[in-house]
Order: sequence, then C-alpha cells, then structure tokens
Amino acid sequence: MLLIPCPWCGPRDETEFTCGGEAHIVTPRAPEDLDDEAWGEFLYLRTNPKGRCAERWVHTHGCRRWFNVLRDTVTERILTVYEVGARPPQAGDD
Amino acid sequence: MSGERTAIVERGSRTSIVVRGDARDVRFVRAMAAATGLEPPVAPGTTAHHLLDAVLWLGPDEWLVVSETQPGHALASRMQQALQGLHAAVIDVSDARVVYAVTGAHARDVLAKGCALDLHPRAFSLGQCASSLLAEVPVLIHQRSAEPCFELYVARSVGEYVRAWLRAAVREHLHASGGSSP
Repeated sequence: MLLIPCPWCGPRDETEFTCGGEAHIVTPRAPEDLDDEAWGEFLYLRTNPKGRCAERWVHTHGCRRWFNVLRDTVTERILTVYEVGARPPQAGDD
Repeated sequence: MSGERTAIVERGSRTSIVVRGDARDVRFVRAMAAATGLEPPVAPGTTAHHLLDAVLWLGPDEWLVVSETQPGHALASRMQQALQGLHAAVIDVSDARVVYAVTGAHARDVLAKGCALDLHPRAFSLGQCASSLLAEVPVLIHQRSAEPCFELYVARSVGEYVRAWLRAAVREHLHASGGSSP
C-alpha cells in the first residue's frame, strides 16, 4: 500500500487515488496529420522505466484533484508530488 | 475521553449545496458571505460554521454548504443570485446524500474499523472535515463536536449499507460504559 501525499489533503491511502498513467504525454495538435505509427505511438507506447517514473494521479475519493507524482518503480518510494502543468523535477533535485 | 455512550444516529437528508468558484476572487467570497453568512474556508479540510449552517471544504475550488434550517431550493437560488455574473457554479445536491452521526466515547474506534483516516484529536480536530472511504464507500466526515460527534455524508444509494455496517461496528460498544476499551 502506498501512502500518497496529496498536495491538498496530505498523506492518504493509495485506495483513495486512481493512477492516470504516465505524465507529460503531449496530445498531438493535429492528429489527422499523423500516420498510423505515430498515432499508435502516442496512444500506446510508454517509457515504462525501471526507476523514476512521472505519473498522473487523481485523489478520487478525496479532493478529486489531479496532480503529478514522481515515483520510483523499483523501491515504490514517492520522491515528490507537483502540480499539473509543472515541469518534472530533474534527477538530483530531491 | 468522556463517558458518553457510543451511538449511531440517523440524521436523514440535509440541505447540501455544492458550490465551485475561485476563493482568491474577493467578489466570490463576498457573494458567498452575503448568501450564506459564511466565507468559504481556504485551508484544506476545514469548515466555517454559524449555528446550524456550515461550509465544508471539498477541494481548492469546491465547497459544500449545509444547513439544518433552510430548504435546499431557497438557499441554492439565493446563492445563484448572489453569484450571478461570476465564474462559479451552484448545484443543489440535498437529495443525493444521507447523514449519519457517530457519537460517544468509542466513536473513533467504530470509524477506525473501516476508515484509514487518522481521527485522533492531534490529527483531526473539532470542525475539521475530510472526504475519504468508509467500508469501501466514499464518505465525507465532519467532526461536529468534541464529544466527539462525527457526521458522515454518504450517497443515498449506499445509505442502507452504511447504516448496517455502522450498526455492526458499534455493537461491541453499545453496552460498554465508555471509559475503557475491552
């Protein structure tokens, strides 16, 4: 069980949250200009790193706000949380 | 801890209005104060109250206005009028939820059986509120008094389930004097 620090509500159980997958994936401005491969890449291909991973989470059963979480997929340690729209903190920032 | 008997009290439905807006906008805060007599609290998990009316924090731009004296439609239309022209939303959700109160010396023990929130006085004090899960269903918990009394707002559709769950959870404490845990 993860204890996720919601930027508004503070640390809460993982059961209150929903993970929205990898963060910082930019929706193509003109999807009609993409070929199938590029569109497929946008839809399905994720970095799936072993280690630091930036994810979107929403506090479904709390304040219902989205935010970003920087999580280590090996240790399950949550390194930091930050606002939607903010740039991901770089390695060594914490 | 007081020696008050632990009990579950059904409080039925209650006038509840969801309001969304920008608390940094002084016009929004003034309009809310004019319509409800209360300013929306900005700190997460806090409430503002006056007699039998309260404003509960739900999110950084979302509040629940509850009242035990005013009908929902009257309060909602007054708020709608006050907030006219502002970037805000008012939704009457009075019929969506039912309210249960858990009171008495073992109230925290009862809730701890199905809720992961730390409700110890050092972490959750009088007047605070929190949205969370109780027995797997969404709940809004508001501490109404230091007795303690916790009010639970749950969806009407799961009201019967929550009532049955609370009745089972409180059973072991019903005949206890309240002072010490078994």
